Amino acid sequence: MRNTVTAALLWSASATFALAEGPVTDFTLDNGLQVVVIEDHRAPVAVQMMWYKIGAADEPQGHSGIAHFFEHLMFKATNDLKPGEFSDIVEAQGGNDNAFTSWDQTAYFQRVAADRLDLMMTIEADRMRDLQLTDDVVATERNVILEERNQRTDSDPSSLFMEQLRAAQFLNHPYGVPIIGWRQEIEGLGRAEAEDFYRTYYAPNNAILIVAGDVTPDAVRAMAEKHYGPLTPTANLPVRKRPQEPPQLAERRLTMHDKRVSEPFMMRTYLAPNRRTGDQKTAAALVYLGELLGGSGTTSLLARKLQFEDPKAVYSYAYYDGTALDYGQFTIGMVPLPGVKPEEAEAELDGVLKDFLATGPDPAAFARIRTQLHASEIYAADDVDGLARRYGDALTTGLTVADVQAWPEVLQSVTPEDVMEAARQVLDRRHSVTGWLLTEEDAQ
Amino acid sequence: MIGRFLALFLLLATPLRAEIAIQDVTSPGGLKAWLVEDHSIPFTALEIRFRGGTSLDAPGKRGAVNLMTGLLEEGAAEMNAQKFAETRDGLAAEFRFDSSKDDVAVSARMLTENRTQAAELLRLALTRPRFDADAVERVRGQVLSIIRSNAKDPSAIAGRTLDGIAFGDHPYASSGDGTEDSVQALTRDDILTAHTAALARDRVYVAAVGDITPEQLGALLDHLLGGLPETGAPLPGAARLDLTGGVTVVDFPTPQAVVSFAQPGLERDDPDYFAAFVLNEIVGGERFGSRLMRELREKRGLTYGARSYLIDYDHADLLAGQFATDNKTAGQAVDVLRAEWARAAEGVTAEELAAAKTYLTGAYPLRFDGNGPIARILVGMQMTGLPIDYSATRNQKIEAVTLDDIRRVARRLIRSDQLRIVVVGQPEGLSTAP
Repeated sequence: MRNTVTAALLWSASATFALAEGPVTDFTLDNGLQVVVIEDHRAPVAVQMMWYKIGAADEPQGHSGIAHFFEHLMFKATNDLKPGEFSDIVEAQGGNDNAFTSWDQTAYFQRVAADRLDLMMTIEADRMRDLQLTDDVVATERNVILEERNQRTDSDPSSLFMEQLRAAQFLNHPYGVPIIGWRQEIEGLGRAEAEDFYRTYYAPNNAILIVAGDVTPDAVRAMAEKHYGPLTPTANLPVRKRPQEPPQLAERRLTMHDKRVSEPFMMRTYLAPNRRTGDQKTAAALVYLGELLGGSGTTSLLARKLQFEDPKAVYSYAYYDGTALDYGQFTIGMVPLPGVKPEEAEAELDGVLKDFLATGPDPAAFARIRTQLHASEIYAADDVDGLARRYGDALTTGLTVADVQAWPEVLQSVTPEDVMEAARQVLDRRHSVTGWLLTEEDAQ
Repeated sequence: MIGRFLALFLLLATPLRAEIAIQDVTSPGGLKAWLVEDHSIPFTALEIRFRGGTSLDAPGKRGAVNLMTGLLEEGAAEMNAQKFAETRDGLAAEFRFDSSKDDVAVSARMLTENRTQAAELLRLALTRPRFDADAVERVRGQVLSIIRSNAKDPSAIAGRTLDGIAFGDHPYASSGDGTEDSVQALTRDDILTAHTAALARDRVYVAAVGDITPEQLGALLDHLLGGLPETGAPLPGAARLDLTGGVTVVDFPTPQAVVSFAQPGLERDDPDYFAAFVLNEIVGGERFGSRLMRELREKRGLTYGARSYLIDYDHADLLAGQFATDNKTAGQAVDVLRAEWARAAEGVTAEELAAAKTYLTGAYPLRFDGNGPIARILVGMQMTGLPIDYSATRNQKIEAVTLDDIRRVARRLIRSDQLRIVVVGQPEGLSTAP
């Protein structure tokens, strides 16, 4: 399949803004590797990203953290490379390389001068199937990951708090498991688990290659055929079907105290629909809802009511995250002003939501957000790595290239009625978790 | 459009000579700026820096410049904070205002189609901020919240402790945010004073990249900055560094100790600066393959990441770094750091030098990726006093560094007897003797 679309065509409805994003091409190799090429010829630079459709939500129960653990192990030895040599090769080319893991995907990327792309594909293809693990390597890297957990999570009470909040949001779906893993399960991860995981999921038919920058589709195709074409797909790749949520009938509430907390902090998450292929309208409406309620620290409804008119909060916020395979989340929260009791602040916040559901959005605010979303496409064209991530996020969460390209227009087509319908659906406390992170003194 | 990536061509097999694409623009009113024209995307990234920053706080007024900077987007001229934000968002313009030890930074992205209106709005923010009483209280509350939060953040504690030890009575010794007491005491007059002290034409640096011509930029600058005072407050003098070898422990209840370290650095215009820069890349630079990463992470699994860096403040130079490690392994990790410091003083191998050079020269052009990043690099070059053709010659200076240069600078620069190590946490196995 070959499908070339110039994204600018999608903007015919709004001709006042020219769009600069270059053409996007996608095709699939015979072994199942999907390839997306995003052209941006402003600079002789290219980024290669290899996205695997495997993340923390795909882990076997009791082995939380293995997807992320594996991300680290991918920088170790293959039959051709010594441990660490992968990064040495990228760095010897002046490139940067790194990787990240999320619930729905694990991705590896390198930024290099565009004429080094062939070498990057050589080594990325090598480690897709030929990694060679030893017990020593696994043991040392496990310690690095425990230090990473220490640094990112255990040293930061707000990270610990959000980990607890998430675990309470999902009653059955593995989105409730932290990406880095629960400490006691990280400690138990060994070579055998890692190798099983690798053999199954690191395969061309479970991956998406995105190449962005000063490249042409024909050259990328030829290189990809040469380096990735010979790799064997995994037969009988497990279908990505995670345990789904039962009806959520009971609001959940958490309170956490930590002596490292300086002042109370509230966060509430609601289970929300995700972006779905061919059906992104509700998700787009929820983007507006997030912006209307808490997108701007000045003009959003929460900021106006809680920080300006009758100040109860130092900060307030709201946002929607819907690029996920199974569920999105809608998040709101605040830091109350010193002296304002948490329950008083929360009652004010719920009052704002109630009024909003009764009266709907201010038309002027709605129009501003539409303009900003439109303009954000112009600013986005300045960041080709960001464009590549858009496609990677989408294609590893069940969306298609066409969905990504339709998204800006879907956003422009949202009406205030769409927003209200989505708001009534999502802002239901039975589907929510409300958490307060409090100082030790608040525990009394 | 090619020339702005001039530096990259040095990397390629066939060196190309491209025209210098950075234009030196002088406005009709005499304001200077560097410009890279690129008309492929219809917006302009504008970076403005005012030298001085939070170090211009008057005695007893710590936090005034920071609070003033936070208030620039909270209402101007006839617009209150709400009206200002509505107008900006309606234009889809983006403004950021930040302060640091050495500057107040203004970053803007403006669409071509309404650039005139967006620039006018930015002008009002810079030259006619209102500092309304309710806005002052609101932003003061936000600053106080940050101060309280940083008081319980191990990394912030480590940085503050090290600054306090290093900089004596210089403004650098304390946080530019101020303290709870100093910020509580700031008045509207203090904020007005900070505004005229920090935002002045005698200390402004500008870079623009994107869909704008030199003529358009010149007119924009005169309009934008012409109304600012000619001169601002005097800059503080050089900081006298007060670093001695040894360990300072700050007891803090956290499972993982944060280790920050610093010793005197090197002036940016020192003839051996590039040798020191390459040496640091080998010891604790950006690569996974740096010595500190190899020894602390790859071999021993003691940390998630360890870095060192040369810091060139306007009034002080440091060689500093940071990592975090479990309290139980803090003693072992600090021993490794000290051993690496001693080894650094002896120089590096030819292989290490070659690998660092390839990386640094290859990575440099990759930084120039987008209008916003290029504008930030160009304004930084101006503040550092670098020539306009610097990006074309920078890689040659890296290439010219020899093993002898590194040996010489290592002997001079690496000072274990002045390496102060601050550990925040409850470290075990740590010897506090120098």
